[in-house]
Amino acid sequence: MTEQTLSSMLSTHDLEAIRARKREQRKIFISSIIRYVILFVVGLIMLYPLIWLIGASFKTNAEMFTSAGFWPTHPTVSGYIEGWKTSTPYTFGRFFLNTLLILIPKMIGTAISATAVAYGFARFEFPGKKVLFASLIAILLLPNVVTRIPQYLLFREFGWLDSFLPLWVPSALAGDAFFVFMLVQFLRAIPRDMEEAARVDGASSWQALLFIIVPLLTPALISVCLFQFMWTMNDFLGPLIYLSSVDKYPVSLALKLSIDTTEAFAWNKILSMSVLAITPALVVFFVAQKYFIEGISAGGVKG
Amino acid sequence: MARVQLKSLEKVYGKFKAVHGIDLEIEDGEFMVLVGPSGCAKSTTLRMIAGLERISGGEIRIGDDLVNDKPPGQRGIAMVFQNYALYPHMKVKNNLSFGLRLKHAPKDEIAASTEEVSHILEIEEYLERLPKQLSGGQAQRVAVGRALIKKPQVFLFDEPLSNLDAKLRASMRVRITDLHKQLLSEGMHSTVVYVTHDQTEAMTMGNRICVMKEGRIMQVADPYTLYQRPANAFVAGFIGSPEMNIGDATLVDGGKLKIGTQTFTIDDKARARIDKDAPSEVTFGVRPQHFTVVDQDAEEGLLGRISHVEFMGHEVYLYITVEDQSFIVVVPATGLERQYLRDDAIRIMPQQDALHIFNRRTGENISLSA
Ligand SMILES: Nc1ncnc2c1ncn2[C@@H]1O[C@H](COP(=O)(O)OP(=O)(O)OP(=O)(O)O)[C@@H](O)[C@H]1O
Ligand SMILES: [Mg+2]
Repeated sequence: MTEQTLSSMLSTHDLEAIRARKREQRKIFISSIIRYVILFVVGLIMLYPLIWLIGASFKTNAEMFTSAGFWPTHPTVSGYIEGWKTSTPYTFGRFFLNTLLILIPKMIGTAISATAVAYGFARFEFPGKKVLFASLIAILLLPNVVTRIPQYLLFREFGWLDSFLPLWVPSALAGDAFFVFMLVQFLRAIPRDMEEAARVDGASSWQALLFIIVPLLTPALISVCLFQFMWTMNDFLGPLIYLSSVDKYPVSLALKLSIDTTEAFAWNKILSMSVLAITPALVVFFVAQKYFIEGISAGGVKG
Repeated sequence: MARVQLKSLEKVYGKFKAVHGIDLEIEDGEFMVLVGPSGCAKSTTLRMIAGLERISGGEIRIGDDLVNDKPPGQRGIAMVFQNYALYPHMKVKNNLSFGLRLKHAPKDEIAASTEEVSHILEIEEYLERLPKQLSGGQAQRVAVGRALIKKPQVFLFDEPLSNLDAKLRASMRVRITDLHKQLLSEGMHSTVVYVTHDQTEAMTMGNRICVMKEGRIMQVADPYTLYQRPANAFVAGFIGSPEMNIGDATLVDGGKLKIGTQTFTIDDKARARIDKDAPSEVTFGVRPQHFTVVDQDAEEGLLGRISHVEFMGHEVYLYITVEDQSFIVVVPATGLERQYLRDDAIRIMPQQDALHIFNRRTGENISLSA
């Protein structure tokens, strides 16, 4: 065989290989298009109620149920204006304020108390630790509803009904077992050396917690606050049980209020206020999500 | 005064006894190395001195204070950890000054100390960096600096160099011993307790070395004594490289040593060293450097066969099988008069003044008299 035929054979081989690679690339391209289309469609289906909600809040009451489309034909903000006034002596602003009044102490209380309790479980040996941790897990598994009645009776004895205390206090005493559990898991993954170094440097346990652990725990604490924010915004049952005067209602109850008191439901008002009610949650979610992801990657401990 | 005294110090983890009542006195200004194989409770002992581990029995004194129940911060100690344990969210300068800031030291004092320490350890360039932006060697220097800045009475090191590469380790070794000498010459009572499993570090750094095994102290001595007069077979085998040749032997009539089926005479001087009431069942120990290669037809010595030859440059390691025992013998590589070849027959003779005899049952060295 001469050299020439050898090289020409090689080049046909090469051509074949290039063609094969191109085919392969096209296949990958097409399959990724299909994947994205499917994702987009499914995502749209899931999101449609939300999109419809936003669109419908700008519709007139008459148009509301006549078309399934989300785009209003006669856009109006009257729903927002009327809804904001509410059928009570208070504006919706009052209810937002109430929500904040419940939310902020609860979030701060949770972050502090859950950290302290988790620190205890993760780093100290004390009698009864195993039993206590087991009961923590048990509380985690217990449905909330089971404890509602005894809790209600307890708070009634304390004379705390129709105040924010029943909503604040359990959280400020690390009553949310889930957060404690989550932080314990986080703490277990943080090596002890740094705390030990801090103790050699003269720090007390509390100082080690404050100056060393808490900064390392920031990503976890952000997600604790995020969860607590979402859950408190969405909590309906808690305020419903403990709060009776309208001037203390948070947004979740106020929304229900507008359904109760109106005979012919003013749907556009309700929907407008619903949109307002979910806005903070959405905003916080998107803002914090970015920070949350950053926090996780920055918090990685390098030896 | 920064003497450290351990008295019948014990540590029990659940049912497992990690430290079996050890006694150790570390003098003021001394560089004491704790060395031993993995799991012999070096770290546990050090951590008890630091106050990071509760003690289960006995007492610890630093200076003249009983510190059993004192928190680490009040013991006048500083510690350097194996994996540096720098605070990851603080800049280097804040890592250094954390202890001082906790004590609410005046700002100008903090600044001055930080500058001084970072100058000594040559870490001035990195003061504004975070620990994750440092190399291992730099991080290690910061860790040493964090200990130094507190001017402690006692420095505790737990395998501080084990994460560094060989070259850096060698230079850090010198740096740490120099630093210690410098502190002493400045009149500071800096006692050092240094944990390592590396015998080179132990031999080169320590004023004295404490060899540990399974939570017990096997011997405490200066490097020279440890090498020349090991108290027992464990220390003899642990210190020295390549390892000492240790094997079973029989003392015949108190004057001859029988290894396998071969016998050689122990000379008078060596015989004088051996305990009078030594049992006949013993263990012998000879360092690889302490053999003489003798003529094959000589009357005495151990006749064996070379199974392997390693040329190390200035010396040659011979792996020799004598009956069913293997020996390592180190001979100088200077002479051209003899080529050592695999499978050659060879006769070796232990040097009498470097022959160790151990009690086979207890491992105790019974050839140290006189
Ligand atoms: N928290 C603990 N619980 C139970 N046993 C432990 C604990 N810490 C250490 N031990 C045991 O105590 C013994 C001594 O451990 P230590 O860490 O002091 O060894 P070491 O000499 O430092 O070893 P290395 O050279 O590997 O660091 C080991 O057998 C170890 O298994
Ligand atoms: Mg150790």
